[in-house]
Amino acid sequence: MWEYSDKVREHFFNPRNSGPLEDANGIGDVGSIQCGDALRLMLKVTPDTEVIEDAHFQTFGCGSAIASSSALTEIIKGMTLDDALKVSNQDIADYLDGLPPEKMHCSVMGREALQAAIANYRGEEWSDDHEEGALICKCFAIDAVMIEDVVKANDLHTVEEVTFYTKAGGGCAACHEGIEEILAKVKAERAGPGEVSPPPPCPATPEAPKPPAKKLSIVEKIKVIEGVLESVRPMLQRDHGDVELADVQGKKIYVHLKGACSGCMMEAATLGGIQQKMIESLGELVQVLPSSMMPVEA
Amino acid sequence: MEPKPIYLDNNATTRVDPAVVEAMLPFFTEHFGNASSIHAFGSEVGKALKKARGQVQALLGAEHDSEIIFTSCGTESDSTAILSALKAQPERNTVITTTVEHPAILTLCDWLEKEGYVVHKLKVDKKGRLDLDEYKSLLHDRVAIVSVMWANNETGTIFPVEEMAALAAEKGIMFHTDAVQAVGKIPIDLKNTKIDLLSLSGHKLHAPKGIGVLYLRRGCRFRPLLRGGHQERGRRAGTEASASIVALGKACEMAMLNMDKENSEVRRLRDKLENGILSQISHCFATGDVANRLPNTSNIAFEYIEGEAILLLLNKLGIAASSGSACTSGSLEPSHVMRAMGIPYTAAHGTIRFSLSVDNTEAEIDRVIAAVPPIIAQLRKLSPYWGEKGPAANPEASFAPTYA
Repeated sequence: MWEYSDKVREHFFNPRNSGPLEDANGIGDVGSIQCGDALRLMLKVTPDTEVIEDAHFQTFGCGSAIASSSALTEIIKGMTLDDALKVSNQDIADYLDGLPPEKMHCSVMGREALQAAIANYRGEEWSDDHEEGALICKCFAIDAVMIEDVVKANDLHTVEEVTFYTKAGGGCAACHEGIEEILAKVKAERAGPGEVSPPPPCPATPEAPKPPAKKLSIVEKIKVIEGVLESVRPMLQRDHGDVELADVQGKKIYVHLKGACSGCMMEAATLGGIQQKMIESLGELVQVLPSSMMPVEA
Repeated sequence: MEPKPIYLDNNATTRVDPAVVEAMLPFFTEHFGNASSIHAFGSEVGKALKKARGQVQALLGAEHDSEIIFTSCGTESDSTAILSALKAQPERNTVITTTVEHPAILTLCDWLEKEGYVVHKLKVDKKGRLDLDEYKSLLHDRVAIVSVMWANNETGTIFPVEEMAALAAEKGIMFHTDAVQAVGKIPIDLKNTKIDLLSLSGHKLHAPKGIGVLYLRRGCRFRPLLRGGHQERGRRAGTEASASIVALGKACEMAMLNMDKENSEVRRLRDKLENGILSQISHCFATGDVANRLPNTSNIAFEYIEGEAILLLLNKLGIAASSGSACTSGSLEPSHVMRAMGIPYTAAHGTIRFSLSVDNTEAEIDRVIAAVPPIIAQLRKLSPYWGEKGPAANPEASFAPTYA
């Protein structure tokens, strides 16, 4: 169970200003039922003074969401709209003697509802400016989209850098693996297919590359290459794909990826896996590339 | 005076039975020896471990007591089983499991996928049932192991693991079942099944936390997770947790004795609780395969409200249950089990699991039946998705927030 402050408990068990508000002239709806948090904030504003005369809420959500909504209405009652706009999510959390870090988003939702309700009163469009992805850093509520955008925009390469730019990973460190995955993904996108070599697909059978006794003739080499492709084919066919040798040019092996494999997001990983097997079987460094990258003959 | 708290969260963990505590206590101070030692201090412990192994064997209906390997928990047993199958059969790279497994399996499988293995997760229908035709079509010679839970922890839905194990055996594929929720609640007779590996966890059946078992059928190829000493015949190194093992043995013996009560009295109380709630409250329903589930589990989805809020209000009245809501897990998504069954978000966030044990009484159930309706009404009154007398005419349209 979360460690809620007495104030949070009190506002949850006895919420202030809950339920619909008659003659509300500013309404802000935020949140979504998918995320498990949704809040409708209703304001009654005196037009000539712009003072919030009354505020009510209806909330679908957990204990801290309900407590944050209740606190918000108490904070803003009697404020002018301009002053109310200065209320931050931290103010809501402070009013409740703090929220668990994982629950800070509840206070953020409160502030957003306030902005939305004031925009509604003033006849403005309010649009939320962030796209939500999978939550990565639970301590600071940073999602994958946010991290990826910042990594791309600032050319970040380490978890430490990500923490400096977004705070993500600066708390309990449990999400470092997740951040590393985003970094790896962005790195792979920067590099493009063929140039990255992801880990081999089947680490259960780590076979050390055995260098062949003598240098292979081109015919022997192609036989080995065909053998490797034959060995991975059943795996690809099971995913409704296939692979075929297109050409061998020096250390570059070009293959046609067919069926479901062509254009698949995992194309780079598949080619990387095949490349690893080729290197092991041939005992020399080669590059496996899609046939689309074959040099066009004049 | 505060009323005595009511514990209805026995799928999360159970109270250690006083008789179990009594059985284990001498193994801390009196019989503290290492079972591997040659002297009398050790041999006393060795005998006690043998007895406990026999008690577990009896509850599982295993053919040999050497098929029982003591581990530290259900998660260790799960990891050992799946990693062993992949290590022992390097020519096989595929794992078949389901979308509704416990994280002990799913998180491991997600990691295996990243490592390059192929994982097929069987889908479930809206009642949480598997499609056995889909399952059959996936049994091919690259499958190293099938891992399917015996009973679901959230809904109690029972999977036909005996039939599925037989189908896997026909194709020469190993079969593991995470039976952490099933052991002690429904009769199990492994010797008459084709199940090769089974995981159980002590604290789900009134033994302490920190003790589990991996059942390993004799003849099934195996690679240990922990290597070191010769304990557990070299299949799980590490000094035996003798007090906990003795406790688990005693708990298994008691589970055998309570099996009838579990399937008659506990079932009756569970049904009474569920009917009592469903008949009083609108817009709620029981999730999972209600005709085919554990006798102690009822999972009810309350629409248009959120689970954590329900739990907090129940807790205030001294009633302990659990929820599949996002907020209780610290993630944004509600329970993967509810999502896999296609339970709409309007209901998935408001699911409450009541899980009983033989310790619960009729008076407790009556109190819960009386307590729940006012709590649901109170929260619905706060919900923007709920109108005067029922859900807002068109909840999604009447409340359409700025972002989704």
